[in-house]
Amino acid sequence: MEIIICGFGGQGIVRAGYILGYAAAVMEDKESSFVPSYGPEARGGECASRIVISNERIDYPFITTVDILIAMAQPAYNKYIEYLKPGGIILHDEDLVKPDERASKASEIYSVPATRIAERLGNRIVANIVMLGFFCAVTKIIGYDAMKKAVEAGVPARFKEINLKAFDKGYNYGLEVIGKDKRKALAVQ
Amino acid sequence: MSLSPGIYFMSGNSAVAEGAIFAGCRFFAGYPITPSSELAERMAARLPRVGGIFIQMEDEIGSIMAIIGASWGGLKAMTATSGPGFSLMQESIGFAAITETPIVICDVQRAGPSTGMPTYVGQGDVMQAKWGSHGPYEIIAVSPSSVQECFDLTIRAFNLAEKYRVPVIILMDERLSHLYEKVRVPRKEDVIIVNRKLPKSKKNFLPYLADADLIPPMPPIGEGYHFHVTGLTHDERGYPKIDPEVQDRLVRRLCDKIRYHADEIIDIQTYMMDNAKIAVVAFGSVVRPAIKAIKLARSKGIKAGLINLRTIWPFPEKIIREYAEKVHTFIVAEINYGQIVHKVRESVNGKAKVVLLPKMGGAIHTPEEILNEIMEAR
Repeated sequence: MEIIICGFGGQGIVRAGYILGYAAAVMEDKESSFVPSYGPEARGGECASRIVISNERIDYPFITTVDILIAMAQPAYNKYIEYLKPGGIILHDEDLVKPDERASKASEIYSVPATRIAERLGNRIVANIVMLGFFCAVTKIIGYDAMKKAVEAGVPARFKEINLKAFDKGYNYGLEVIGKDKRKALAVQ
Repeated sequence: MSLSPGIYFMSGNSAVAEGAIFAGCRFFAGYPITPSSELAERMAARLPRVGGIFIQMEDEIGSIMAIIGASWGGLKAMTATSGPGFSLMQESIGFAAITETPIVICDVQRAGPSTGMPTYVGQGDVMQAKWGSHGPYEIIAVSPSSVQECFDLTIRAFNLAEKYRVPVIILMDERLSHLYEKVRVPRKEDVIIVNRKLPKSKKNFLPYLADADLIPPMPPIGEGYHFHVTGLTHDERGYPKIDPEVQDRLVRRLCDKIRYHADEIIDIQTYMMDNAKIAVVAFGSVVRPAIKAIKLARSKGIKAGLINLRTIWPFPEKIIREYAEKVHTFIVAEINYGQIVHKVRESVNGKAKVVLLPKMGGAIHTPEEILNEIMEAR
């Protein structure tokens, strides 16, 4: 399963990628790899996290095609929509990304007002974790408990509470969007 | 404490730092430089908690000289650097070689020459690692291709440095240093940790008198041994001796202690080479697209395999020579305009075709690019 999370530097794109990779590798003992943007783009500009999750050893982590595109900002979407395989899935921030005709190759598109939800919680910085919760509910690639534990381990202690709240908000929003248990977990090869 | 056994998720840079601590490294001196900085950062956070010392030095020359001093003081010591920082360290690598000081240097290669592209990958330091200092000498260089190998080969780097009293270079690259993967940290008792051999007696002690294995025992400073450490050519007493015969004896031993043990030191990994007709030779992060390319080639019925140079120096000449009898083409994929390809060509000695698949830096080969070259060679 090949995934890209993209947005602006400063939106927590790298952190979200790390948490997802960590959840798969440590919490679920799957194989996973995570390649963050490195350099000026990670501090403003289009930033991306590339994650591979597998049941087998990962040969090639520097992926340029993905099954799932998670977009948190329009310019990043514009840059990385090319990576999406035909039949892939798009998850995006409802207010910050408007998928265009290039999204027609996707088999499913899900949107969540992640940044708005985060702002309502009191800090837009947790929008990335809202998105991870949403991703968890929609794709079920990683179990709820594993992902939540990874969030807990992956954020600074003083922000733990708001991040866990953000995760649940995103997760519940995701369940509503897909309808409870309507979908089976996406298969990891 | 070094990491307890278990599963971790970390970057290549962090895995080198943790491998070093696991191997017993308790001294790090460095000057932060992209893309190796996170390694120093991790050491700065971790070493004081394990009773070790971290020093940020004024530059790379100070850094490597500090670890040479720490090693003579009895600690396992390392530094990390990239690009121009590695160039600055070259003179002192020669000093460590002639004084037979066990040190470990992690060079996270970035795109050069000069300042080049600091945040982007390169593999242009391969020959520099071997020949960067003046004069004849030998070093050991290992090259990991996964985050697990970053951990494992760093332990090995320390073991080799301690055993052979030689600078060992971990030739990393930017892609690997910022790749996060799963690392299984083993139990302490399941890992062999080598410590330098100490002199048996202070009586009639000659600090540079080698044993039959060509390696002299190393006395720790401050424990009553009388000795002298110099970059000048020296005799068994360690005192300067400007004499061609002494030079001949010393240089031969410095080189032969590595050359005679090459089979023990060399640890390469092969993949699908058993019936291969085409061999891809790669190291570091390029191993990853190469493995995928080999799988794609095999699915098309092409007999291709991979030789992963986990040990680059000493170069595995014998192994390449043996495969030259079995394959018709070697494809050497490296992120430079041709370096290790020269050693492959020398080892193959005309018995098979040797093709360079270069990348100038900034990007690594895609699996498709390597596959195309395999198809061409078929």
